[in-house]
Amino acid sequence: MLGKLTWDAVPWDQPIPLVAAGVVGLILLGVIGWIVVKGYLPYLWREWITSVDHKRIGVMYTLLGLVMLLRGFVDAIMMRSQQALAYQAAGYLPPEHYNQVFSAHGVIMIFFGAMPVIIGLMNFVVPLQLGIRDVAFPTLNSVSFWLTASGALLVNISLVVGEFARTGWLPYPPLSEVSYSPGVGPDYYVWALQISGIGTLMSGINLVTTILKMRAPGMGYFRMPMFCWTALTSNLLIVAAFPILTATLAMLTLDRYLGFHFFTNEAGGNMMMFENLIWAWGHPEVYILLLPALGIFSEIISCFSGKPLFGYRSMVLATLWICLNGFMTWLHHFFTMGAGPGVNTAFGISTALISVATGVKVFNYIFTMYGGTIRYTTPMLWAVGFIVAFVIGGMTGVLLAVPPADWQLHNSLFLVAHFHNVIIGSTVFGAFAGLTFWFPKAFGFKLDETWGKRAFWFTFGGLWATFLPLYMAGLLGMTRRMQQYDVPEWRPWVLAAGVGTIVIFIGVACQVIQLVVSIRNRHALRDETGDPWDGRSLEWSTTSPPPAFNFAIMPNVKDEEPYWTIKQKAIESQNLADEPDYKPVHMPRNSPTGFICAFFSTITGFALIWLIWWMVIAGLVAAFATFVVFAWWDKREYEIPAEEVRRLDRERRAARQVWLRDKAASLEEPA
Amino acid sequence: MSAAGTVAAPHGHDPYKLGSGRGEGGGHGGGPHDEATGHGEGGPASPRVIVGYGFWIFLLSDIIMFSAFFAAYAVLAPNTAGGPSGRELFELDRVAIETGLLLLSSFTCGLANVAADARNKLWTEVGLLATGLLGAGFLLLELQEFAGMIEQGAGPDRSAFLSAFFALVGCHGLHVFAGLLWLGTMMAQVWVKGWQPHIVRRLLCFNLFWHALDIVWVALFTIVYLIGSGA
Repeated sequence: MLGKLTWDAVPWDQPIPLVAAGVVGLILLGVIGWIVVKGYLPYLWREWITSVDHKRIGVMYTLLGLVMLLRGFVDAIMMRSQQALAYQAAGYLPPEHYNQVFSAHGVIMIFFGAMPVIIGLMNFVVPLQLGIRDVAFPTLNSVSFWLTASGALLVNISLVVGEFARTGWLPYPPLSEVSYSPGVGPDYYVWALQISGIGTLMSGINLVTTILKMRAPGMGYFRMPMFCWTALTSNLLIVAAFPILTATLAMLTLDRYLGFHFFTNEAGGNMMMFENLIWAWGHPEVYILLLPALGIFSEIISCFSGKPLFGYRSMVLATLWICLNGFMTWLHHFFTMGAGPGVNTAFGISTALISVATGVKVFNYIFTMYGGTIRYTTPMLWAVGFIVAFVIGGMTGVLLAVPPADWQLHNSLFLVAHFHNVIIGSTVFGAFAGLTFWFPKAFGFKLDETWGKRAFWFTFGGLWATFLPLYMAGLLGMTRRMQQYDVPEWRPWVLAAGVGTIVIFIGVACQVIQLVVSIRNRHALRDETGDPWDGRSLEWSTTSPPPAFNFAIMPNVKDEEPYWTIKQKAIESQNLADEPDYKPVHMPRNSPTGFICAFFSTITGFALIWLIWWMVIAGLVAAFATFVVFAWWDKREYEIPAEEVRRLDRERRAARQVWLRDKAASLEEPA
Repeated sequence: MSAAGTVAAPHGHDPYKLGSGRGEGGGHGGGPHDEATGHGEGGPASPRVIVGYGFWIFLLSDIIMFSAFFAAYAVLAPNTAGGPSGRELFELDRVAIETGLLLLSSFTCGLANVAADARNKLWTEVGLLATGLLGAGFLLLELQEFAGMIEQGAGPDRSAFLSAFFALVGCHGLHVFAGLLWLGTMMAQVWVKGWQPHIVRRLLCFNLFWHALDIVWVALFTIVYLIGSGA
């Protein structure tokens, strides 16, 4: 009746996961109980869960990502503390648990932490920057989000029901085959990633279509903000790379479930094919995460330097080059696995070529700042911190790109230090920078600057305190993923990295405090004008938060910084334009499709993991029924009457008029 | 859209003056021309274009997924592990009939589209029904082939070659099956709801999907069956 699922699936003898899950469960129950008691459930259902508004979905994506980043950080703390204790000792995590922790850490950080935050920011910002009212397929957008959430849920269920993979964040066969991993760990991995991967793929298709087919009038390609360019390339990579992941994981699944021989040791299977296939997805994935972060920094550095982005066209070219070259470069992840000197050299050169394009970008950032009026706000601090971290991490990357050097350094903590240095320095810093930058746009008030700066400095310091020692330990020969070790020379570095983790922890705590403090002081931090940072692109021209339809009248774009140009003219002439002729706006209706799809996909995924076949069939039939029922609906849009549009826009215009007057007064004051 | 504007309002259709004033379009992209560059400068495309375009991108991603299975097949095809090879297993007559059925179904699918363009409900339904029947026939033959192979001990667990074969051909078969489910709902929608714009757009997508499956089958037929039975 329940397949492989029995009471023994719950690790009753292991207090750590049980207590952790108990605490998380209690918090969840508490939150849900509070929502129900307070009567917020209908509001949540109506305004968020069924919402197809790209802004709401973007916020939910980001929130999911932040929660999962915290979850992944707990894993990181466990690993660092285990290694700090496990010098000539067993530590407190038994090997089978430790292996699950480092596997879960990588999976959660990449798939369910970084990806949702980045996709969330793209979802929220791109339509606003393009001057349009929503993405190309709003309901699909909701489905994408909820499928990602479904995958995240499955990974977390594995904490208490069964186990997670012990294979590392990429389940290399033959270790991940049934003969060596007979448990459900890799099955959790595979189904969680398949479900969320479908969501990611659809999100990629959605944003590519949006950017290529739905820009505001006049916004030619070379008038798109840099963030839209990087979002476009990132989503092109999603469309090109995620199907490979789907196919690869499907092959592994067939091996595990039906005795196929894609990657097995026997019957002609070829495990090297897995390495090639998974990295043909995995390397583009690096750029899927990196490129939007580069776009965020472009926006922020230009805004807070008070200058247009230096070398816009070269930035676009560098972005496209990274997209193309990044897609074709994957073999440097396994130089040591027998490809031969010719192939290794080709991929080594190809790797180095990517860093030429990233170098172009770094110089453009610096030249944008050069001669500018720089304001060191929190987003700008993250951006400058990124430049430092990315250059240092990038140089160790160039080192690893040289095959002979890689031969010495591969699989060591040097590699671990390298990719944490660049991923945290670029994607995570970019996420935090984007979050602080666009938070006022989403919620109508700024985040507290003091706590934001504290968060930056502790995170920035913690990054070095953690990963510089790991570089050293790696150079001393310490391999990654060690549950315990006996070499005395490594010990000081491992301890130093443990201290660094504490510093990062303080940074994380500052972020949480920043959020709480800002919500409490939201009236003082209120952004009335919609343009809290003196921004340059279209998202700052509407209110904070924007109305459901984003723009009362669709903008007509005539240059690269349409909002900046118009703002300057308004300040000069001291006037707003005549009130436009408002028209009714048609917006997509809310739809529970996404939530229902995710509900059934979670059930189907769970049933597949535990081989509960009747539940698999029931889940699939229900998913098809959802498809049919949804497809039957006709009324997909509702109309916002012109009077309502006018009312909302008049409020905005009034606020802008006040702002214009204040601006004029401040300009007239003698310097 | 900016809250700000200018005093002079030369164009009534551009109330917020986002693009007002000649010659201000300098900076990186505008150059000396004041006209927008690139596609899409006229604003968002029509829903038909957006839906068709998005679906094309999906199809491209789907073809990339197939290409991964093709690559796996190319790598594993020689690895028969002492088991039967394609030469011993493939019945080209059966595959020829399968190919005929699928190509014909693409033709009838096209006819259904022509009928839909003429807003002829009956002939659209007839065309779709014929497409579905031909597709089902294809699927039946394929399942028979699979069953026969498994019966003679040449199932996917026999060798890496057979694993890759069953996965690749089966993946295409799954797509045809999904297409048949979609086709059923499509026929019901056309029958009950008629020519609403979103129904017509879905018909367009279904057509694209069905033809794409044909393209994949042509590659499959060539690389798996033709080359496989010759080698």
